[in-house]
Amino acid sequence: MSLGLQSFSTVKEAEAALGAGARYLGGGTLVVRGANEGNTSFWTMVRATDPELSMIEIAYGTARIGASVTMAKVAAHPDLAAIAPVARAVGGPAIRNMATVGGNLFAPAPYGDFAVSLLALDATVQAGGRDVPIEAFLDARDGNRSIVSSVRFNVPKPEAFRFVKVSRVKPKGVSVVSIATLLDMDKQGKITAARIALGCMADRPIRARAAEEALVGKTLSADGIADAVAVIGEGIQPITDAIASAWYRAEVLPVHFRRLLLA
Amino acid sequence: MAKIPVQFTLNGEDKAEFVESGVTLLKALREKIGDTSPKGGCQQGTCGACSVLIDGELRLSCLTLAETCDGASIVTTAGLAEGGVMHPLQRAFLDGFATQCGFCTPGMLMAAKALLDRNPDPTRDDVVEAISGNICRCTGYEPIIQAVLSAARANSHQVA
Repeated sequence: MSLGLQSFSTVKEAEAALGAGARYLGGGTLVVRGANEGNTSFWTMVRATDPELSMIEIAYGTARIGASVTMAKVAAHPDLAAIAPVARAVGGPAIRNMATVGGNLFAPAPYGDFAVSLLALDATVQAGGRDVPIEAFLDARDGNRSIVSSVRFNVPKPEAFRFVKVSRVKPKGVSVVSIATLLDMDKQGKITAARIALGCMADRPIRARAAEEALVGKTLSADGIADAVAVIGEGIQPITDAIASAWYRAEVLPVHFRRLLLA
Repeated sequence: MAKIPVQFTLNGEDKAEFVESGVTLLKALREKIGDTSPKGGCQQGTCGACSVLIDGELRLSCLTLAETCDGASIVTTAGLAEGGVMHPLQRAFLDGFATQCGFCTPGMLMAAKALLDRNPDPTRDDVVEAISGNICRCTGYEPIIQAVLSAARANSHQVA
């Protein structure tokens, strides 16, 4: 069966067209790639052209980013400087002009580095008109039949948010591992709350809960983070691909986590 | 599958074509319109050989559907030369031996043009970043980087 594209002006109409054999088309870096590779599980691509999907709104410290906003647009937005390095870590310039925030939520490891940071930021995903916490969204994404219209999160203070994408090819290469952390600290530098998200440590971004708990009450010193580094690998099931084996990824995760926290 | 009418400008010329729904811009350009300057390499968004400018932005034509380009302005390597005179980037690639087998060259040129269009005086790191989505298996990249820097210098002399 030959491929076809159906375009709709609203998300609602597009959602109604997402039946069997249909995939929602964002920037094309996953779906058209799949079609080019001979993925025959879909034959219809569906897209919505609603301009709302391409908007970035920032008010009272909360960012709402439309699902069709590209990585390049995130990287260039003056009020999103804290997460611009994450957007810049995705692909090369052409990919960043195409790949969308919504699409990144569905990108299988080793892709999906932006979604790793959204998980650390405790983003809310608006899908099918409902607000879903990102963790629940990622868990259930395989069965998702609704269209993501936006993601929402509190823009982190630059000093509270850290991100690293480890690649073997510089400056561009897919992830060996990516790590995003959001740390609240009191005036004495003691960590009061921590969220840590990992990429490539499962087929989708996951949280490192044991390490999060181990960081609370500690400071960002070699001694303070030792317990968290020791348990960062708890619950991981890293992927194996041409870039690195699961064993290698598990071995280097604590090294890069430690470096990120002490940077 | 029904054919879809698509209109866009290609290197400044109006084009109107009927394309199959779901066909990529790369395929439409090469097989319908006859512009074979964008190359089909990996078809996965990894190699950059199919890079074109769509409304001034660098995109991968192998991952872009032709019908989403309705009304757009598309520039390919075939449109770089003007009146038989090579674009400064093409000249610099030729002079600097930045081309060997040539398969990556159209993509490299478009990535470099996208860079120089917004940053006429790039650093070496800017150039490396700009071509980071383009794979070359011949040159080791250094002659390409030097060619882009030299084209930028040549351009700035012209303006000055």
